[in-house]
Order: sequence, then C-alpha cells, then structure tokens
Amino acid sequence: MDFTRRETMAIGGAALLVASLPRGAQAATVDELIAEFTGGADVADSGVELTAPEIAENGNTVPIEVSAESAEAIMVLAAGNPTPPVATFTFGPLAASHYASTRIRLAGTQDVIAVAKLSDGTFARTSKNVKVTIGGCGG
Amino acid sequence: MAASAALGASGFGNWARLAAQQALTQDQLLQFDTFGNVSLIHVTDIHAQLKPIYFREPSVNIGVGPNRGEVPHVTGADFRKLYGIDDGSPSHYALSSGDFSALAQEYGKVGGMDRVATVINAIRADRPDAILLDGGDTWHGSMTCLRTQGQDMVNVMNALKPDAMTFHWEFTLGSERVHEIVEGLPFAALGQNIFDKMWDEPAESFKPYEFFERGGVKVAVIGQAFPYMPIANPGWMFPEYSFGIRDEHMQEMVDEVRAQGAGLVVCLSHNGFDVDKKMAGVVSGIDVILTGHTHDALPEPVMVGDTILIASGSNGKFVSRVDLDVRDGRMMGFRHKLIPIFSDVIEPDKEVAALIDEQRAPFKEELEEVIGQTDSLLYRRGNFNGSWDDLICDALLSERDAEIAMSPGVRWGPSLIPGDPITREDIFNVTSMTYGEAYRTEMTGEFIKVVLEDVADNIFNPDPYYQQGGDMVRIGGMGYRIDVTKPQGERISEMTLLKSGEPIDPSRNYVVSGWASVNEGTEGPQIWDVVESHIRKMGTVTVGENDNVEVVGA
Repeated sequence: MDFTRRETMAIGGAALLVASLPRGAQAATVDELIAEFTGGADVADSGVELTAPEIAENGNTVPIEVSAESAEAIMVLAAGNPTPPVATFTFGPLAASHYASTRIRLAGTQDVIAVAKLSDGTFARTSKNVKVTIGGCGG
Repeated sequence: MAASAALGASGFGNWARLAAQQALTQDQLLQFDTFGNVSLIHVTDIHAQLKPIYFREPSVNIGVGPNRGEVPHVTGADFRKLYGIDDGSPSHYALSSGDFSALAQEYGKVGGMDRVATVINAIRADRPDAILLDGGDTWHGSMTCLRTQGQDMVNVMNALKPDAMTFHWEFTLGSERVHEIVEGLPFAALGQNIFDKMWDEPAESFKPYEFFERGGVKVAVIGQAFPYMPIANPGWMFPEYSFGIRDEHMQEMVDEVRAQGAGLVVCLSHNGFDVDKKMAGVVSGIDVILTGHTHDALPEPVMVGDTILIASGSNGKFVSRVDLDVRDGRMMGFRHKLIPIFSDVIEPDKEVAALIDEQRAPFKEELEEVIGQTDSLLYRRGNFNGSWDDLICDALLSERDAEIAMSPGVRWGPSLIPGDPITREDIFNVTSMTYGEAYRTEMTGEFIKVVLEDVADNIFNPDPYYQQGGDMVRIGGMGYRIDVTKPQGERISEMTLLKSGEPIDPSRNYVVSGWASVNEGTEGPQIWDVVESHIRKMGTVTVGENDNVEVVGA
C-alpha cells in the first residue's frame, strides 16, 4: 500500500496496456482453458457462486470466494491477466463444504471467471467484473 | 404494497403551497400530522457545518445507464417542473439551482446545528421516542473539526442524542482516532460492510445493526458505511479495514434481523443514491433506506419495489422526518417531509447554540479573519466544475507555478454570494482535510488522460455499483471534451493546454499541481494556505464562466 506517485502511475499505465490488448486473442485463451477443463461439455449459467468486490481496494490482493453445492472442482480464471489461470480447487467426496476463498492479483480491470465441475458431471460458470482503479477523487 | 403507496404522503405539497402564499414560518416548516407508530429523523453529510451557510445545489448532475433522466439527476427548472415548484419560491431556493445569488439574498442562509436541534426537539415533542439517525460525513469539513480532530462535532452531535450513525470521512481522521471516539460514543456505530482486512470478517468495533423497541415494534437499523473508502480516500490512514458494498452480507443481515423479530428494517446508508437504488432491487426485505453520500435532497421518497429511499441533502441544510405505520411485522404506510432549515426562520436552540460557540471560541479570531472579497458566486457542486474549484485551481497554477491544476471532485463545501467577504473559515470549509498537501509533480499527457478516464468511470460507469459518488476531478489550465456515454478509455478527447491552445502531447511531461492525493508521503504546503495566499494577492475575487469542458451525451 506504500506506492509512490511514480509507482501508482505505473499501475495506471499497466491497466491501460491490458485494456488495449486485442480482446479476441485473450478470449480464445480463456475459452481454451475452459474447454480443457470441461472437455468441451455444455456449461450452465447458474450453479456456481463467485463473490468478489466490484472495485478492488488493492489490485495486488483481491479477496474472492467461490462455492458450488456438490462441486468436485472449481477453476478460477482472471481473464485479463497475462496468465489467466488463478487456481483450481478440488473437493474430495468427504468434503464438508464446497467453498474456497483466496486472494488474487489482478493486472487491471477485468472479468474473474469461475467454472465448477459438479458431481453429476455437468458444468456451471459465472463471472464478475472487478475494477482496478487509481482512485482518489471521491467524496 | 400498493396500500403503502396510497397511504404514503409527502409533506412537500403543503410546503410548496405555503411558500406560494409567502407564509414561511417555523410552525409551517415543522407542520406534520403525526402518523403511524414509528418516527425516523434523518440527518446526513453535515460536513462539520455547525453554523448557517449558503449551499447552492448543482445545475449539472448527469445520470447514466438506467438512471439517465431519473432523480436525483434532474436539476434546475426541470427539477421544479417535476415537483411542481414555483420559480422564485423558497422551495426553488432550497432544492434547485438557478437565480441562486438573488434568492440567497431574499431567503438567507440555511442550516446551523442549533436550528437542526430545534427541529429535532419539535419532532420529539410530537413523538418522544423518534429515532435520530446520522448518515455520516459528520466529523469532517471545517477548521474547528480539523483542529479538534472531530471533537467539536462529537460534542455537538452528542447533545442532539442520535441513536445510531454510519461513516465515511470520519475514517480520514485515522483509525486510531476513530477508535478513540467510537469507544466513547453514547450511541451505536454501525457498518455491516466494515470488515477486518486481514481476516475478511466483520470488524469488532462496528456492529452491523442495532435494535430499537418503538411503538410496539422491533425496529432494526442496519448500517452501511461508504463502500469505497480505501479507494476514494487514503487507505493507509485506516489500514486495518476493508469495505465494499457487500450486498450478499447485507441480505444475510436483513434475514438475520427478520428472524429475530424485526417488524421494520431500516438501512442507514452512505452508499450514494444510485448505489442504494440498485441495492434496494438486489436485497429484499429493507423497508426504508436513508441514503447519504451523494448529497441529494429529494422532496419525495423514491420507491423501489417495497423499499422507500429518503435523500436528506447535506451540510445541515435539511432534516427528514419519516413517520411509519408498522403493524403485524409489516410497513403498512408512511408519511414523509423533507424539512428545509431556513436559518432566519427557524429559531436556534439556545443550549446547542451556546455549545457551538464554546467549540469555536478557541479559534474565533483565526476563523473570522477576512482574507478577501468575492464579486462572484462561489460554489462547488456540479459534475464538472464550480467557481470555488476554478478559484482553487487558479491558486494552484499561480502559487505552485504549474501548467495544469487538479482539484478533487468532492461534493462538500458551502457557497458564498457576490459581495461576501471571504474569511479563513470559508476557505477551510471548501478545503479542510487530513491530507490537504498541495503536491507539484510532472505527469505525461498520456497519464493525465489515464487519470481523467479513471475518474470519469467512477461517475459515469452505467452500473451504479462501480460508481464512487463524487464528481469529476476539476482541471485548471487545460480543456477537454467528454462523452459520458462511452466506456472507460474512450470518454475523454480534445485535451488542450489553454495557455498555448495546443493539444496535449501524450509523451510530453507537464507540471501538474493538485491536492488531496491518496498516496502516503505526499509533500507540499496545505491547500488552504495556498488558496489564502492567492486570495490575499487578488483582494477581490472574480471568477468568470468556465467553458473549458465540453460535455457530450448528457
């Protein structure tokens, strides 16, 4: 949290660079990762929960939570990071809760995506846009 | 809930009619037929204004996405037409922009916590157990507040006996001072979204909600602090805390209080109006949201499903009274009045007046020193610029020898009318804060655009949950064009250095001076000293029309 003005500028610059990458190229990567996880199966729009802040207080450590009843595994992707895969949480058959929380680093404003593999073999997906901002002029 | 809409009545119609009859008296301002079995009194965003002030409402307040053209994004003549307010009436003066300087002469100053005390006492005379709720931004905004680290406001507010409070600028006193005050508060300090940062769980010092037994009803008041404090304000001053909207947790709290028998659920919020409006549609089971942060004053509640939203203005200019009929665990009806505090009409409460003077006494000479005069109306509110900020930007450009000046788009700061002296107190009223250092630095043209795009998205993102509730950063020395309908990165164009008339070069470095940086270790003289020095040199201040920002898509 101890940014000098120069470092903060660098963050702003980075956010701009990420935003200006060709969207098509990124989408393919994320789509490929999801296809790999699901084996190409259909993915439902509900069945997995993702909690993340609308605006990150600090893009370097953004708290997120994922959960899905009866999930065997939940994959988390940060679509706008240079390397989108964040984590894949797997839950054994004796797991009491199908819930995980972690903190992730976001290179700029982007969608965080969660894809769950459920015990019946189906898949569910959700996403949330998390904004990374310079801040400082509200009030 | 159609019954509630039918039963619900605003005192506003009465007020407008009385105003037309030129019969503005304290009795009529306070007139209210007590209704139902529970009364709420709401004050918010006082910004430490203990004394009467002028406060001009904005003429530019653009709504985007679903809120385009919706209140509170209706101003001036359009606002008066919407609510049936006559031009030149007291309601025109109190609630809308236009003809401000002339009407201010006619109707005088507004606010003053001693007048607010009179109104609160009158409501309590009707309903002794009315619940007084403070929406926050109370311990910030004046010289006496800054010098006493909020103690003046704590002393005066304690005399009004609030029942609960939530927070925003209070945290810029630093978490240690906030803890010190909160530990001694004789009322509830609430915030369901104030979390311990390390453990990401509710913070111990702030309860999510408080119950009040009133009129045979268990009333739950849930607090909602400003969600974006560590982003809009310096997070390093309160590093232990994390905020956010956390509407899932809000829903849990509503369900929890309902399960414990709450018959009425009130949310005391510092979200900002559009965020509250969206939240009312996402979280179910809230009866009343007392909104704050965006400083809107609305003469009638806005309904979202079964939830009513009450917007009570800022700077002590208004008090809202909401009477509710709660039976069988349900809100069956409401009656509401936004009471304008006309300082010359409402008699000050003697006890509170004396207490206010006591707080000010040690600083009296300093406060009252006249620094200059103004020939122009000085105001701040508006999405893009205000004459106070034009003056502050001029001060930064000349006193700090900069090419471009930046002044934060905050919404606090009272107005002065032409002919007014400018005292040191007036300057502090529009600048005082715990991080007021006026920095001087170099920024590339490209980075200046990044800053403008970033701030613009905090205001004009079509999803209210991504808005922070301030106005656009004010710019001196540079003009630009903004299309509010475009996404981030595409809103700002035609950035021009006014001095030379040349386009801003993305790769060139510009000398920029600004204030209120959220970065730790920012260096420079305090902004109030910079502005005072500038005004002293000017003697009499004249601020011209500002047409440096071209707005498209409004």
